[in-house]
Amino acid sequence: MASKLRILVPVKRVIDYAIKPRINKAQTGVETAGVKHSLNPFDELSIEEAVRLRENHKNKKSPMEVENILALSAGGPKAPDVLRTAMAMGADRAFHIDVPESADGGPEPLTIAKMLRGVVEKENINLVLLGKQAIDGDQGQTGQMLAGLLGWPQATQASKVEIKDEAGTVEVTHEVDGGVETLRAKLPLVITTDLRLNEPRYASLPNIMKAKKKPLEKKTLADFGVEDTRRLKTLKVTEPPARKGGGKVEDVDGLIGKLKELGAL
Amino acid sequence: MAFLGRSLILRQLRRYSVQSICSNRGLRYAHSNARATEYLQTHDTDLTDSQKTVREAIAKICANYSDEYWLKQDETKKFPADFHQTLAQDGWLGVCMPQEYGGSELGIAEATIMMQTISESGGGMTAASSVHMNIFGLEPVVKFGTEEQKKRWLEPLIAGKERACFGVTEPNNGLDTLKLQSIARKEKNGDDYILSGQKIWISTAQNAQKILILVRTTPLEEVKKPSQGLSLFYTDLDPSVVTITEIPKMGRAAVDTNTLFFENWRVPASDMVGKENDGFKMILHGMNAERILIGAEALGLGYAALRKAAIYAGEREVFGRAIGKNQAIQHPLADSWMKLEAARLMIYHAARMYDQGYAGGEYANAGKYLAAEAAFEACERAVLTHGGMGYAKEYHVERYLREVFIPRIAPVSKEMICNYIGERVLGLPKSY
Repeated sequence: MASKLRILVPVKRVIDYAIKPRINKAQTGVETAGVKHSLNPFDELSIEEAVRLRENHKNKKSPMEVENILALSAGGPKAPDVLRTAMAMGADRAFHIDVPESADGGPEPLTIAKMLRGVVEKENINLVLLGKQAIDGDQGQTGQMLAGLLGWPQATQASKVEIKDEAGTVEVTHEVDGGVETLRAKLPLVITTDLRLNEPRYASLPNIMKAKKKPLEKKTLADFGVEDTRRLKTLKVTEPPARKGGGKVEDVDGLIGKLKELGAL
Repeated sequence: MAFLGRSLILRQLRRYSVQSICSNRGLRYAHSNARATEYLQTHDTDLTDSQKTVREAIAKICANYSDEYWLKQDETKKFPADFHQTLAQDGWLGVCMPQEYGGSELGIAEATIMMQTISESGGGMTAASSVHMNIFGLEPVVKFGTEEQKKRWLEPLIAGKERACFGVTEPNNGLDTLKLQSIARKEKNGDDYILSGQKIWISTAQNAQKILILVRTTPLEEVKKPSQGLSLFYTDLDPSVVTITEIPKMGRAAVDTNTLFFENWRVPASDMVGKENDGFKMILHGMNAERILIGAEALGLGYAALRKAAIYAGEREVFGRAIGKNQAIQHPLADSWMKLEAARLMIYHAARMYDQGYAGGEYANAGKYLAAEAAFEACERAVLTHGGMGYAKEYHVERYLREVFIPRIAPVSKEMICNYIGERVLGLPKSY
């Protein structure tokens, strides 16, 4: 087994989580024009974790050295923005897979997973760290599909990642109802990241400057033998129904009566 | 949108308090992305890539410092040391400092948007002044210091281990800098200078370890021109030797402003910047940049006030309708946006020219003038838009109004700027 980690971190540029999304006029998706975008928060966690694996090895807290962290994003002409952010946080290089922007949310998870398989094979990757989902489509499928395509073990929704030895034994903890579950696997491995894994850093100014000089290569889906075919068609996207106002009760007894009536007590 | 967990929510909660108001408003009035109500919007089309990067990165940091944080700092008069430290840790104090000492060597154009954003985040002049001097104040050292001095002084400053203040103004001469009366006498051994005198309006002196100080080394009577005979030192500010007395003031209570008294203050000759008697020329060097930065800080405060006012005007209902529907409310705010934006374009123009090596002061001065006045008007209108609420501290705009007097007065008054333009641009006789 390889003695160094070569990590792939796929990232996505999404509408900023603090923005309230609005449905476009054609009801095919959300309005993206003129709206603030940022790096998908779950992907921020993945980048952070990759960088921490490297730092932990330097501080003798992790047995495996990180040889390379490759950030990758499939998207339109603005996708490099989030790749620069990823590199400012600590990724070494980046691939921008040029995919035209479209109102329907872009390539499907299976297309992305197939493309990632191609990248993993070409770049000799042995660990893929992905956000468990992107906050735009919320599909949460890519990591699992990629593991399936590669025939690799997967640990989803990680809240803790620990490299146990130089042979590439990895323990991954994730939160389940009422407790935690810890899995052990050997590299190569796919891990998807969840919220409590870490707290992503802010990129420092010197690192932002350095990131501008790190290599960013432009590629296409075809470079990895994949076509952007669609198996699904979005019929309609609508706003959630408006919340209806509640009723008023006279006193505590009225409240209890109402709760009993609704079967809540 | 997906559920976002605790850590992210905690990190962003403060932003939501602003954002949710914006988006609620959007639902009702169908223009959720109105740019002047968006928290630290990024829609300005004139920004360079590097300015955009700076704005976004600084916005992320500032979003952690809520309106309530700045209100509390103001009420408790507590220096925002953690804010200063956070910016230092991430390398922001070195934004225009040389790379060899830990800086990033960007231009004044980037420092300008950085300071605007810090102020605009709601931090106002409190946030801006807590780092202001450290961003560009040591330019004379960068330009005229020796290798040894730069290493000794710039590195700890950029790393946030030392804070600096700046001592020029004196009680008896005000803006008439060349008449300053503090003196430094060289000791016979030549190793030390002995400083005596006083300084006023020295911001952050209670919290600074170092001071960049201008004193007279050759009496006025003995020099050919009054601009000669002044010398610049960058040295330890030791409160056991220098009496530092805080001046209670109208606004920005968290960042102290002081008078300094000193007698027989021994300063090593190795702490002199550049040549003896050449000090005035050296401090002139950074002045245009400082005006640009103060102008940007004023702009930030103006936009912050306007944001609060526009959101409130859209939400507050009296007589069965939003008060922002009334043109008497709406038009002054629209007018303020136009004035702020016009001033911003001039400030950014001045910054760009400064970075290209232009040494004239007309745009830096005019930009500072316009920005401070536009910001003042915006702050005043924000208070009035809020009515009685605007007078209450919890709505924050009264704090902005108290703080916005700083850029109107400092580092140079609007009257002196008019004198400058009258003389240098209009070719009229000197009026003072």
